[in-house]
Amino acid sequence: MAIIRLALKSVWNRRVTAGLTVLAIGLSVAMLLGVEKLRRDAREGFANTISGTDLIVGARSGAVQLLLYSVFRIGSATNNISWKSYLDITQHPRVKWTVPLSLGDAHRGYRVLGTTLDYFERYRYAGGEPLRFATGKPFNDVFDAVLGAEAAERLGYALGDDIIIAHGAGDVSLIEHDDKPFRVSGILARTGTPVDRTVHVSLAGIEAMHADWRSGMPVPGQRVSADDAREMDLTPEAITAFLVGLDSKIAVFALQRHINEYKGEALLATIPGVALQELWDLMGVAENALRILSLLVVTTGLLGMLTMILSSLEARRREMAVLRSVGARPLHIFGLFMSEAGLLALLGVGAGVLLLYGIILMGRPIAAREFGLYLPIGLPQARDFMVLGIVVLAGFVVGGVPALRAYRLSLADGLSMTV
Amino acid sequence: METTTIAAIRKDESERRQVYLEDARFAWRPSECDVIDIDRFEVGRGERLFIAGPSGSGKSTLLSLLGGVVVPREGRVEVLGTDLSKMPGRDRDHFRADHVGIVFQMFNLVPYLSMADNIMLPCRFSHRRRQRAQARSTSVKADAMRLLADLELDRPALLARPVTDLSIGQQQRVAVARALIGSPEIVIADEPTSALDEGTRERFLELLFRECDTEDTTLLFVSHDARLGRLFSRCVLLDDLNNATTEAFT
Repeated sequence: MAIIRLALKSVWNRRVTAGLTVLAIGLSVAMLLGVEKLRRDAREGFANTISGTDLIVGARSGAVQLLLYSVFRIGSATNNISWKSYLDITQHPRVKWTVPLSLGDAHRGYRVLGTTLDYFERYRYAGGEPLRFATGKPFNDVFDAVLGAEAAERLGYALGDDIIIAHGAGDVSLIEHDDKPFRVSGILARTGTPVDRTVHVSLAGIEAMHADWRSGMPVPGQRVSADDAREMDLTPEAITAFLVGLDSKIAVFALQRHINEYKGEALLATIPGVALQELWDLMGVAENALRILSLLVVTTGLLGMLTMILSSLEARRREMAVLRSVGARPLHIFGLFMSEAGLLALLGVGAGVLLLYGIILMGRPIAAREFGLYLPIGLPQARDFMVLGIVVLAGFVVGGVPALRAYRLSLADGLSMTV
Repeated sequence: METTTIAAIRKDESERRQVYLEDARFAWRPSECDVIDIDRFEVGRGERLFIAGPSGSGKSTLLSLLGGVVVPREGRVEVLGTDLSKMPGRDRDHFRADHVGIVFQMFNLVPYLSMADNIMLPCRFSHRRRQRAQARSTSVKADAMRLLADLELDRPALLARPVTDLSIGQQQRVAVARALIGSPEIVIADEPTSALDEGTRERFLELLFRECDTEDTTLLFVSHDARLGRLFSRCVLLDDLNNATTEAFT
């Protein structure tokens, strides 16, 4: 007990260097935990984003890419699929429902999704939750828009507001569809998925916006007013992707094969779970690299502590002689140095947890906006505690090195003060 | 342990004998020459003994022997009737904590502890000294404050200061208080005044003597400054005592 009191006071006395050491360990621990948390939350978030959909269909590319752009609004499609192919597949007897998705426009950094009313009906997330309206109702006019919770909140839109959609999915766009403003008809309740950051309009709305466009550019001198657009045939020629629900799970593989072998167009159908698994496998390499990296950083942090204690050892030989003179045994000296190392490791781990939560709190909005990652602020999990325990243990082991040296020195020096 | 030790002392016909060396020989390494070779050396209870010797005459080694940090290669080192050379290291550390107070030449204080905490340090390692300090002043802390007052260190401004900011004279007095807390039978002072100037040195010795007198503490005072010897009840030249160094230096 006396030794722990001494260790506390000794560490406090060197609070600047000790503080830096604690910070170094803390940062490394925050990184270690952060990587783990990111991995867990990303998986959980992605897995929770789509549910109840049997197949996702898009132009032939990679399953992961299709999943990312159609569901997570990350990246963009290389190709569209024709409306005819879509109609063909909806006719398949096993198909119970489909939801077409048309992407490619944005509103102030938020992706615009053209879809049908089925979307609000059929889309499920987090193990079967349907979409709910916080206020308003689905679009029923060509120029109606339904906002995701976050898009509405951050842009400060309320029901009935006008919004102008820009061409292209980027944050900044020079070409705006400013001649055809949309009106907010509804705002969805928060889901914790990319739906929150999406502006939903009808497929007809997407067509109307582009009525006076040809091959991705406005046709000069040819303007179609909003009212004129309303009168036009607004059936799309192409969509980006669509979601498929089947009447029986058994049919999934048969229909997948049917779509992948579709004659009219090169299509790709993927099962969301399978595509997710592929994504995990892809991410696994990066995750492991990050894990190894953060382990190295933790090692660096602990080595910093070792350096700090070892370099103070020479200067503390007098102190050790004094302690010996008042009756401390060499084992007490060993304990003193061990306690200091353990204390630093403990403080470092504590600082790491605090840092991590601080970073999450600050980084949450950015992660959600930029990467579609929702980081919940949950309690550390059993695995985290295990990791923390191992770091503290490693701290003690590392602390054993100077402690053993101090032990030997105090045995050899005894009461001599010849330093 | 305590009662048997005391009883043993009481029964001893030379009951006032607190330190006793007989044919004690010590070398730091087996291959090296002895640095201590003392045929016979006795210190009585309450004695104020001055041990004079130039540096290198084995003073520090002698103190290490008396403090039980090292044991002689052969012979006896008895402190309070207990032969330290027969004790395991752990018990010697314990014995030192209980019965011996030590004042070094300088750097006596643990830099990260307050004045009071430095003084109370022996009571953290010795149950006996803690009890004796409590018996004297109700609490260890109170006893530390009493000693600080005795040694004229109880000014509030001084108490608040980190010990590293104290003057050397003040630091040495704190060390004396620490050596005396819990009334150990023996206080060993290793050149405690060599870093002090003339005026402070006299004052320091006065205070040291006064405190040792009130507790009837045996004082072993080692110094190369033979002029101080006149203030002590007995003076010994280490060279006369120690055959090893005599040989080494002549």
